[in-house]
Amino acid sequence: MQSEKEQKKFGREKLQRIIEMCTAIENRTVDPFLLDVDSIIKVVQEYFPQWEEADELNLDSEAIHHLASVIKLQSEWVKHCSTSLYTDPFLLEEKITQASKEEMLSVFLKAWHPLVEMEQLSINSLAAAMRYWDGLVPIKERWPDLDVQEVAIGTASREELVKQRVLGDKIFSEELEGYWQELKDTVNEKGSDGKILYWDFIGADTYEDTVERAFLTSFLITYGYATLEIHPLEEEIFIKPFEKLNTKILTQQSISIPIAVTHENWQKWKRGELD
Amino acid sequence: MRKKTRGVYASKMKRATHMLFYRRHQKPGVKGWELHKALGVDYPKVLSILDDYLKSLDLQVKTVFEEEKTPAKKPSIEELDKARFYITLRGDLTPKETKMIGWRIDDLAGLAVTIAHIISKKGQAPRKDVEKLLGEKLPGWKVGLNLDRYIRYGYLQQDDNDKLYLNWRTRAEVDEKALINLLLRSEAQTTLPSEASDEENDEEGVEEQEDSEKL
Repeated sequence: MQSEKEQKKFGREKLQRIIEMCTAIENRTVDPFLLDVDSIIKVVQEYFPQWEEADELNLDSEAIHHLASVIKLQSEWVKHCSTSLYTDPFLLEEKITQASKEEMLSVFLKAWHPLVEMEQLSINSLAAAMRYWDGLVPIKERWPDLDVQEVAIGTASREELVKQRVLGDKIFSEELEGYWQELKDTVNEKGSDGKILYWDFIGADTYEDTVERAFLTSFLITYGYATLEIHPLEEEIFIKPFEKLNTKILTQQSISIPIAVTHENWQKWKRGELD
Repeated sequence: MRKKTRGVYASKMKRATHMLFYRRHQKPGVKGWELHKALGVDYPKVLSILDDYLKSLDLQVKTVFEEEKTPAKKPSIEELDKARFYITLRGDLTPKETKMIGWRIDDLAGLAVTIAHIISKKGQAPRKDVEKLLGEKLPGWKVGLNLDRYIRYGYLQQDDNDKLYLNWRTRAEVDEKALINLLLRSEAQTTLPSEASDEENDEEGVEEQEDSEKL
């Protein structure tokens, strides 16, 4: 007969295996219906009275948590099967393999309604383009050759670079984390619903500081510390800090949102006209 | 409708036509909120009048709701504002017509197979599986090129794990439900005598296509 210690060890191994199996299902590498939920629950129930230590109880709750995720996946699958779009993949694959190219084409053409769009110049757009061309200053005048003096190659120390504002006096990541905290504090203090108007956050006493804050804010958004909420109809842009760093953003396809931080806009914000 | 009101709607319809037919952004189509801003709050009515008008030209105003969430009831103005509107063909094309718009039978059949396969796999399928499926009937060198082309045109999208998903153009152009139903019934349909003559014509087109391919 197994000793109590051995039984516990065996039980822990079983829970570990259950968690691994559930994780594989959650990662979509295994069919969720391969798992017999009833028998798994019986196993979890069987060993539950023996758990005394915190890590044992943690393991137990982790197994239950993963099991719940699997049940959710099973339910999603059943829901999908009940929709009209569900078709047995094997049946469909069989059809696809059997169908000739011509059959596939004839079927697809009945369900395909291609987009219609036009590209055409109008007299108005040509006239506008001509007016623009007439008013355009020659490139030589727009981009005059820079009169650059030749300077001997030398070395610069870190202090000099900091002085010339090429480098910051803090490591950039530290600076960003501090700025993230500042955003969270500002939102708690002045914001509502966990967000604050973009200009209310980046706006500072001087235009230079405002530009610097806008620059840092762009990194907060790009690196997943915060996100933007845009209300196009109201023409309002809010910034919303994440509680935890959202690294998922780095793996997703991102879009760029241009926001003009012009001197004119800064003055408007100072006068309270930008809300 | 009073004369003045009619005049207002006629002018709004013209504006809507310009916005919908001419591409304004990188992707075709216009967002609901843009139409709202340009035409006013009654823009759904303007689009409905335009849609009626386009019927005789075999065109339609197609609405694609955000994240495929087609509302069960009449959509609210908020839902319409978030939707995207396109002009698409109302009816369907013949195989000969597809050549006129630059599609070869192989490429289009490949697209059909890919879309049907992804739908059957709950909206996502590993690229390798799709390549294997297409490779059964298309030369190997063409499979990858075709998939890249479908991605470039916006029919598919691919993530970092090489999984393929349906993209905005499929949602705008393809009646997914009809495609699956037609595919499942395809055997019965092709044997219908009423369609035999059409099929012969289609095959003629196909032969022409294949001849040009040999050249």
